[in-house]
Amino acid sequence: MRSATRSLLGAIFLWGCASTGQGEGIPYVAITAISEHRAIDGTRRGVEDVLYEHGYAAGKTLKLRYQCAQGSYATAAQIAKTLAAERPSVIVAISTASAQTIAAAIRTVPIVFASVTDPVAARLVPNWSASGTNVTGVSDAVALEDQIAFLEKLRPGLRAVGLLYNPGEVNSTIALQEMARLLETRQVRLVPAPVQRAADIPLAVRGLKGRVDLIYTPTDNTIGSAYESLAKVADECQIPIITPDPELVPRGAAAALGASYYDLGRQVGEIVVRILEKESAGDIPPEVSDKIELVLNRKAARLQGLELSAELIDSADQVYGK
Amino acid sequence: MHLQLVFGSVEVGLIYALVALGVLISYRILDFPDMTADGSFPLGGAVCGLFLYLGHPPAAAMAWGALAGAGAGIITAWLYVGLGVSKLLSSIIAMLGLYSVNLRILGLAPFLAGESPRPAGSPNLPLLQVQDLFTPFIRSDFSNQCAVHCTFAGALLFLCWLALNCFLSTSMGLALRASGMNPKMASAQGIATGHMLVLGMAISNGLIALAGGFFVQTQGCVDISIGVGTVIAGLAAVIIGENIFRSDSIWIRSASVIFGSILYRLFVGFALGDGPLRHIGIGPEDLNLITAVLVVCALVLPQRARCWKRRKELRP
Repeated sequence: MRSATRSLLGAIFLWGCASTGQGEGIPYVAITAISEHRAIDGTRRGVEDVLYEHGYAAGKTLKLRYQCAQGSYATAAQIAKTLAAERPSVIVAISTASAQTIAAAIRTVPIVFASVTDPVAARLVPNWSASGTNVTGVSDAVALEDQIAFLEKLRPGLRAVGLLYNPGEVNSTIALQEMARLLETRQVRLVPAPVQRAADIPLAVRGLKGRVDLIYTPTDNTIGSAYESLAKVADECQIPIITPDPELVPRGAAAALGASYYDLGRQVGEIVVRILEKESAGDIPPEVSDKIELVLNRKAARLQGLELSAELIDSADQVYGK
Repeated sequence: MHLQLVFGSVEVGLIYALVALGVLISYRILDFPDMTADGSFPLGGAVCGLFLYLGHPPAAAMAWGALAGAGAGIITAWLYVGLGVSKLLSSIIAMLGLYSVNLRILGLAPFLAGESPRPAGSPNLPLLQVQDLFTPFIRSDFSNQCAVHCTFAGALLFLCWLALNCFLSTSMGLALRASGMNPKMASAQGIATGHMLVLGMAISNGLIALAGGFFVQTQGCVDISIGVGTVIAGLAAVIIGENIFRSDSIWIRSASVIFGSILYRLFVGFALGDGPLRHIGIGPEDLNLITAVLVVCALVLPQRARCWKRRKELRP
């Protein structure tokens, strides 16, 4: 039986060894994340498109590899070790914990973070200027002042806002703290509705019925991936749902003001290209989104009891529904 | 598989071997299906991270983390022994409660450090800038990081393995094993089985929390979801280890689960590798499936080998 184990181990080792040393000479971009979620897909597409437009075709003039730990932090640690050994040209790390794990294991390869709301609080960079280390990236933070002004424009005389979020996601808890601080000065009440699983969304929304003027969903992956089910209950309870992510509007949000994960991914891609063209990651300051889109959904707004003024519809970049 | 990936997998395997030892105590020795591990692993990480964040020495931080884990184990055992909740349910209740406790502890660190005005819960605590156990030994370009981590993990694991086995060989340790194996007989011999269960669960979850405290220092952060799948990883290690080395001796059984943990991580490492699997259309989304298939092979092959050997001997 021991020989069986030994031969199994040997086979694994040899099989793996046979494969090292492929694709030498062309740049290698690694994309990594800890758990599968919505932000990854958009970011990946954005990065790939920008690389392609700059003449880096995956599989031909570029080695592009994506690895996901499927929710396990132990596996994430192993992915970090793999990348430390393979030394890609650039590593794109999606989500806060993923970027922290990679930054803790790798000091000499450029790391570009994505889908991190506050990279300074996450200790990825010391401040918002060029870090001088191997870390830079694009934050998905939205200017919450503008978001609140947008909410007040949608609902004049706004008195209470419901915030639907997962307390297990750091991007959302940061948005919650900021929002609470800003709304306090405006005499608007904030009602946080924590949701750990997508299945809890209907209950949380019904709990907000009659207590809030509208529901705001920050860039939260748990909520974002179950947006249809949220929209269904919001229609039923007649509470408008507003988000910063334009991609969620065709999926049932009444209105959005912000950038999509695809746009953020394109911005990440631009940084990756700059690094591939021999710029140092430490010289590139971390960025926030440079694109703000106003997207409306007339059908969802009607179902959720939100009146969209003609002026607002005229100023929108895109309008869904009739 | 890249040689450094092998070392990386061994490193993670060594850390999770502590979890496997804890799971061996609860599931096998005490016969207690314990889900608390999914909460006590991040609890150990959170408490350790909290003390590190406030600038305490790493060894003390890890000890506090392990003590907190032991406390969680005591609560689970008390729910069963003291309040009569069923074993599985009491451990699920403890795991559920620990999620919120961990959010609180992670949020407490920036508050105590004076960076946040309110002690609001937080799902993530960065440890990238703190002085951890390895900081004095690691070169500035991180080139010897894996070797340092492996050495420390191996040494810690050896000490825990030795201490655990020495304890289980004392009369109290034997009483603890008897309470799990045959509680009726044990209490007839005058053993306070309830107390033994509490003690065993404290040791089990203390070890798991110690692993959590060690793990977060290699990760650069404590995240609320580091605990997901801890029990499963530990159980897989126990079952693979026991299946390969069959023995009644506690020394060999506990050594075999360490081996099982490393083997399990090598399987994951193999599934992650940039190997020929990629050429036949297997992608990153198939990671867990490949791991599952390899685990099945590890469970079935040794049995088959024994079977074939016996058949060969029977044949004239």
